Amino acid sequence: MSVDVLIAEDEPSILDSLEFIFRRAGWSISSVADGEAAIAAVGETAPRVLVLDVMLPKRSGFEVLKHIRSQARTAGLPVLMLTAKGQQQDRRTAEALGANGFVTKPYSNAEVVDAVRKLMGGTA
Amino acid sequence: MISANVAIATAVAYVIVLFALAYFSDQRARSGRGKFLRSPLIYTLAISVYCTSWTFYGAVGSAARNGLEYLAIYLGPTLVFTGWWFGLRKLVRIGRSQRITSIADLLSSRFGKSGRIAVLVTLIAVTATTPYIALQLKAITSSLQVITGASAVNGAATGAFDEVQLALVIAASMAVFTILFGTRNVDANEQHHGVVAAIAFEAVVKFLALAAVGIFVVFGIGGGFSEVYSRAAEAGVTLEGSEMFSSRWVAINVLAAAAIICLPRQFQITVVENSDERHLRTASWAFPLYLFGMSIFTMPIAIVGLSMLPAGANPDLFVLTLPLTFDQDALALFAFIGGFSSATSMIIIASIALSIMVSNHIVMPLALRTPNSFGLGDGKGVTTLLLNSRRAATVFILALGFIYFWATQESAALAAIGLIAFAGVAQFVPALIAALYWREANAKGALAGLVMGFALWGYTLFLPSFESSSPWVADIVANGAWGIALLKPQALLGMHGLDPLVHSVFWSLFANTFALVTISLATKQSALEQLQSALFVDAFRRPPGGESRFARSSAAINDLFFVAQRVLGYERAAALFDEFAAHTGVQRRALEPTPEFISILEKELAGSIGAASAHVMLSQVVSGDNISLEEVMQMADETQQAIEYSQQLEQTSDELRSTARKLQRANERLRELDQQKDEFLSQVSHEVRTPMTSIRSFSEILLDHQDLSNKERERFLTTIHTESLRLTSLLDEILDLNALERGEQKWINSPTSANAALERAIDVCTPLIRKREMELKLGPPPAEVHVNANPDRLCQVFINLISNAAKYNDADEPFIEVKRSADGQQFRVDIRDNGPGIPASEQKRIFEKFSRGRRGSSSDQTGAGLGLAISREIISNMDGKLELVRRRGRGACFRVTLPVIAEVEAAE
Repeated sequence: MSVDVLIAEDEPSILDSLEFIFRRAGWSISSVADGEAAIAAVGETAPRVLVLDVMLPKRSGFEVLKHIRSQARTAGLPVLMLTAKGQQQDRRTAEALGANGFVTKPYSNAEVVDAVRKLMGGTA
Repeated sequence: MISANVAIATAVAYVIVLFALAYFSDQRARSGRGKFLRSPLIYTLAISVYCTSWTFYGAVGSAARNGLEYLAIYLGPTLVFTGWWFGLRKLVRIGRSQRITSIADLLSSRFGKSGRIAVLVTLIAVTATTPYIALQLKAITSSLQVITGASAVNGAATGAFDEVQLALVIAASMAVFTILFGTRNVDANEQHHGVVAAIAFEAVVKFLALAAVGIFVVFGIGGGFSEVYSRAAEAGVTLEGSEMFSSRWVAINVLAAAAIICLPRQFQITVVENSDERHLRTASWAFPLYLFGMSIFTMPIAIVGLSMLPAGANPDLFVLTLPLTFDQDALALFAFIGGFSSATSMIIIASIALSIMVSNHIVMPLALRTPNSFGLGDGKGVTTLLLNSRRAATVFILALGFIYFWATQESAALAAIGLIAFAGVAQFVPALIAALYWREANAKGALAGLVMGFALWGYTLFLPSFESSSPWVADIVANGAWGIALLKPQALLGMHGLDPLVHSVFWSLFANTFALVTISLATKQSALEQLQSALFVDAFRRPPGGESRFARSSAAINDLFFVAQRVLGYERAAALFDEFAAHTGVQRRALEPTPEFISILEKELAGSIGAASAHVMLSQVVSGDNISLEEVMQMADETQQAIEYSQQLEQTSDELRSTARKLQRANERLRELDQQKDEFLSQVSHEVRTPMTSIRSFSEILLDHQDLSNKERERFLTTIHTESLRLTSLLDEILDLNALERGEQKWINSPTSANAALERAIDVCTPLIRKREMELKLGPPPAEVHVNANPDRLCQVFINLISNAAKYNDADEPFIEVKRSADGQQFRVDIRDNGPGIPASEQKRIFEKFSRGRRGSSSDQTGAGLGLAISREIISNMDGKLELVRRRGRGACFRVTLPVIAEVEAAE
């Protein structure tokens, strides 16, 4: 069962808002609330884009990204990272680990949707 | 009868001969041709200065009155020269090696170069000697009166010429002679070759004169010795019997033996003027022989005089009256010159010896103490000062002698002065013997002995000699001082029946020796005294001149030369320095002020100004073992200051090190705090951005999508509202924690029921617990106790802990256990859950800001992670403790402990 966007976000209200705007954008979605679940879900749902929060319980967003890039099957998965810290250090770490996009909270809905759409470009 | 003019002219001619002799001898000695002047014969003859006019005339009188008593006067010295030649040799050795200038210098030098001893000995010598000089003047005037017929044979003056004027002229001419030949230079050895030659000549004259009279009396009119002695009984002279070895006779022997060494003039000739130690060998037999020659005719003259001259004739003048009676005018004149020479030789040598003592031990120390007032500040002042002070001292001493003569001419005070003087200088004997043989004898002992001896001598012998001239003295002699019989000068402590001389000698020498011995034993020697005592006592054990008295020297050679030049004069100083330089094989300029050299120099200076003065003078230049106390104190002070300064430095550098460490720690702490601040900001940013994200996102949704259902719209608005509240509470918590951390307490603690606060918190949390379907295991309530707290804040802490336990518990059958206990000391609550617990890695950080534990899956986990940090601060402000209790099994357990306050206080 493939989805358009897999959301890994532990903050319920943020997840709620993301699900709403992505559905309105016309995408099928799946969501998880921690890092381990995210890794499992990537394999199960084969999303076209992964929206990944950095601060996740159990395994952080960076650990998840690193794992995805290390697996041949998922190495090419476009990943958009969300962070609430807003520090340059996080952005650099994300780029170094192979993230395809980076959005700092709080963001505008359009910004996130555009970023996801851009990442879907190749496969849409 | 001889006319006064002839007699006086002869005397003047004789004096001119003396001047000439002294002058030419001096010239020869200076040009180095006077070898015979340094012969043992001259030395021995000079020693005969011992035989004064008192001996020349008085011995006959003594023999006429007391039989053989007079022999003691000759026997004492004979015993010393024959029986104690080794002692004399030691004395001469020390005198030469230590450049001793007088007996005062000897004793002072031996006893640590003590200035006081030098002064005291000088005073005693002057006191004992000036009357003796007066006696010589008296002898001259009396003898002149006799041969000019100015007085009857019984010696009563007829006033043909002014006796006082004559004495003054004689004293003046003697002063001139002494100044001319005795103070021409300040020779290192105080040797006066011209004077010694003159004295030797005088010795010959007086011997020949006495011998001539003796030969005339014995063979001319007496018919030979045996004939003369056979008349002894007839003349009333006792030649045998108990008189011979009476206590008085023994006392006179002792005094004479002491006098031959201790009389200033004898010491001057025997020790100071000695140019070769070996001369003593000759003197040891030749001098007794001379004395024998002088005494051989004494008794015959006395016997013949007593038997042939009219009764009542003064036996003291038999030497003159016998030739006169038999019209041998030339012989009488010769005898007069003999007596005159005896008197003058004594006056000359005594005044030289005394002037050296006075100038070296009284004037010099004063001058050294106040250099400017004596013109010592400039140039070669010392030499001039020395010579002038000696000249002045000579005049002073002779003036003193003359005044004494003038004041006592009408009394019989002078008659006994010979033995009195002997007894006075005999006070030097204990100290002198101790100086040579007793190492432990010290300055205090010597000083005490001298003072005691001098005082007792003055009181028991010298004072009573004025008995006939002073009613006051006569009263003291008769009744004792202040009428105390025990203090009678001639019967001290009731010691009656002794000859006054024996009495005085006994007491003075006994007290003198006793004080010397006891005080020397009771007190310690100074370092210098020890050194000097070794030099004296062991005079024969060490090579002369090898000792070093200045342990350490820092004197510049130029300074030493400056001092030496001032005392010795340029030529002698230069010669001395060159000699030593040649000895050590270097140039004078390159000379090192070694202790050896300084020691030699000091001795050389001592030869001119005495040991004590030389030592003081060199001490001013050499900072060796003689640094003044002030200097030592100053040095000590400076050292102390240096130590203190370095201690201060050390302290300062310690402080600096400590400060640096503190700074380093503070810096680390600052860096840590800075990092914590960064982390805190980052955390705050995260905690703010998260609700802001929801708020913004939902706001945009509400704005962008008009087609939302009412239900959706309501849900989104609720979320926005909830997240806004979350933001507000976050900001509240941040401010609250900040205030708590800064120590700002916004509440007042008061006695509070801890359990009531807990019950309230449980009530508040009950809905949450029910919602979670959790079991609350509530333990039995404890005894009602009070703690010092704010009930609302305490409740807040309990709510935080219980809600945490509820929020994070993801167990299948979740529960919260609350256990309460209380005793007189503390109230304790354990809040335990069976949730995931806190990993060991996070247990340390659990109370730090934003260190929120891992979130559970539930959606109602709110809070910024400041709850535990705030709770801990609150409990801390109530003097309690909030801690995570380590325990096995699942879940976490937090414990709150609060001190219980007394019921009395709680009731208020």
